Amino acid sequence: MAEEVLIEKWPGTVSSVTIGALKNEGGSRSAIIKVGGQKTLPFLFKEGQIPNKPVVAFEIWDISPDDWHPELIKEYGTSLKDPVVWAEKCVNDHKAELLCIKLQGAHPDFGNKTAKEEAGLISQLLKKVSVPLIIYGCGDNEKDNEILPACSEAAKGEKCLIGDAVQENYKTLTAAVLADGHNIIAESPIDINIAKQLNILISDMGLSLERIVINPTIGALGYGLEYAYSIMERARLAALSGDKTLACPFICFIGQEAWRAKETKVEESQQGIIWEQVTAIALLEAGADILVMRHPKAIEKINSHIQELFGS
Amino acid sequence: MALSGLDIYKLLPKTNCRECGFVTCLAFAMQLAKKAVSIEKCPYLSPESKEVLEESGQPPIKLISLGTGEKKMDLGNETVMFRHEEKFRNPAAIGFIIDDSLTDEETGKKVGEINKLAFERVGQKLDVNLIALRQNSTKENFIKVLKKILSSTDLGIALMTKDTPTLEEALLLSKDRKPLVYDLSGKHQECAKLCSKFQASMVVSGDSLEAIGKLTKEINSLGVTELVLDIGKKPLKDKLWDITQIRRMALKKSNRSFGYPVLVNAENVDPYKEAAEAATFISKYASIVLLSGHKTWEILSLLTLRQNIYTDPQKPLQIEPGLYPIGECNEKSDCLITTNFSLSYYTVLGEVEASKIPTYILSVDTEGMSVLTAWAAEKFTPSKISESINKFGVKDKVRLNRVIIPGYVAVLSGDLEEQAGLKVVVGPKEAAGIPSFLKNL
Repeated sequence: MAEEVLIEKWPGTVSSVTIGALKNEGGSRSAIIKVGGQKTLPFLFKEGQIPNKPVVAFEIWDISPDDWHPELIKEYGTSLKDPVVWAEKCVNDHKAELLCIKLQGAHPDFGNKTAKEEAGLISQLLKKVSVPLIIYGCGDNEKDNEILPACSEAAKGEKCLIGDAVQENYKTLTAAVLADGHNIIAESPIDINIAKQLNILISDMGLSLERIVINPTIGALGYGLEYAYSIMERARLAALSGDKTLACPFICFIGQEAWRAKETKVEESQQGIIWEQVTAIALLEAGADILVMRHPKAIEKINSHIQELFGS
Repeated sequence: MALSGLDIYKLLPKTNCRECGFVTCLAFAMQLAKKAVSIEKCPYLSPESKEVLEESGQPPIKLISLGTGEKKMDLGNETVMFRHEEKFRNPAAIGFIIDDSLTDEETGKKVGEINKLAFERVGQKLDVNLIALRQNSTKENFIKVLKKILSSTDLGIALMTKDTPTLEEALLLSKDRKPLVYDLSGKHQECAKLCSKFQASMVVSGDSLEAIGKLTKEINSLGVTELVLDIGKKPLKDKLWDITQIRRMALKKSNRSFGYPVLVNAENVDPYKEAAEAATFISKYASIVLLSGHKTWEILSLLTLRQNIYTDPQKPLQIEPGLYPIGECNEKSDCLITTNFSLSYYTVLGEVEASKIPTYILSVDTEGMSVLTAWAAEKFTPSKISESINKFGVKDKVRLNRVIIPGYVAVLSGDLEEQAGLKVVVGPKEAAGIPSFLKNL
């Protein structure tokens, strides 16, 4: 007797977000990235369509990240001193498909770079590398409201992904993203209700839900990973059950969290790499669509894992 | 799957005879659903209904125990698909495959290293569970290595034999250790006979779900009921599909043929690849994960993931309350106060470390509640906080005569100043504001 498999019929679909615009689309990217679009839980290919692979973005900074783990600094070497060189190294040496430029240097405590400086950097990056771009603020609301609209304008038509919009501060960024044709990251601190609420607020301003990516904020392996894991599973189940306001892809800042773990601060370089890798693997199972990561080896391992999952 | 009170009611005689001690059959059914009474109390139950009710009383995924003493492990008995619904109950056992081609010395060394794979994280002990000995050569060799393993570890044992005479002798040697029989000969009938004789649990392997379902029925009929399912060697996505189906069929369809813990062999010479597969199946439904590598950095990351996934979502992880110096603290260092909810503590810790300003963190015992929850539940009150300040000697170590409380509980500052006899500074609402707050203090 054949065992009958159990197929769930999900009425909902995760929205599909496109990052990057080609030359004939008003941008200058050589390739674009699509995420989302799933009609089932992670990697259950026999149940529903999974049109797009999860993707890794290399995290780069506008200033030299002096407090990064020595293993990461060793890996990127002097390229860290110049964001453009760093970006080129990611693309040329490590075959990065997507970059996430964090504008840490704009933070009042880390150099207080001006909007003009940051917008200049974005223009230069867009000129020197042809992969799609995630533009990520410094986390200081006031400062992000100055620099992100300027960067958005500098990247007009390139369909970047820009963040974070937060519950108390989403209007300025939403307006800029709307005006310049980008996508937005909506951050909700491990809270499904805030995620939903913020998505509604942003879409009420006219930016469609198909241009929002949720940053659920994550904890690293051993540091609250399970909270994000379950929040993501719950949100994804709600999305597949038909809640459109939660049906956005997830972006997870894996590298930033994993390399903060006490466990990585040991001599064996493998410990940090595997910490970043295992954090990513678990969150892929919870539904992560974009993984922002740091160590090239961890990224290589995750890419090959994704490849294996999607292999024929 | 557990039946509801109403489902059970439909199976009862509905005569309200009261002989069970309840006023109505419905009342009795409700108590049955809560497992508060036994079905034996109803003298008029039809045999068919009795069978259904007894069946529904069984856990949908059978509980299997392996190993003995401190290393005894319970597997299975899971009740949900997602950990936010209810705690995943029995953490996946982590096992290591050892080939019988090793010399005595090599075996001793490897087992010794595996024995040492134990860690402590957030007050919990994390350790590994199993050694799986795999036959590649003669019976004599296998038995020799098995003897060495049995004498060098208390860990659980799995026997990956290639012929039944070897298995029989191995079981004779190891039967007191409650081993897992993972026979690779394909002679499942002979193997089941031995498992039945030695009361051992048996792995059932099959290439397809259909094959597994058929085999479990057959082996059950041979008298072996302690089974573990092996989804075999196949592409990662197919393994993920099969293991998800097994869990769904057991939980949602009460399909007994699949109501057993599942084993995944993730062995790979590349430790990163091995960890990737192991992490996938620790997250998704494996009860036993077998590895070949045993490097500390690989195992620590996997055991930590297992700890995370199997944490009770209703009972947050706590840290030991206390005063923690972060960085090179001295008497001029400030003291931030937070709860002993591990996530609150680690978030504050992360920001203090990022600030590079040596600072104490006082973790107050709030029974694992976060700042606002604990405040609302009166576990984070001026008196509780000043109790902790005294208990952990904050005034002796922090000579600035001031402490910093989370911005969300600014309302506590007046009373706390009075009760603790210290100046209270209101910190930022979100931990992310800590570095700049400390810098400008």
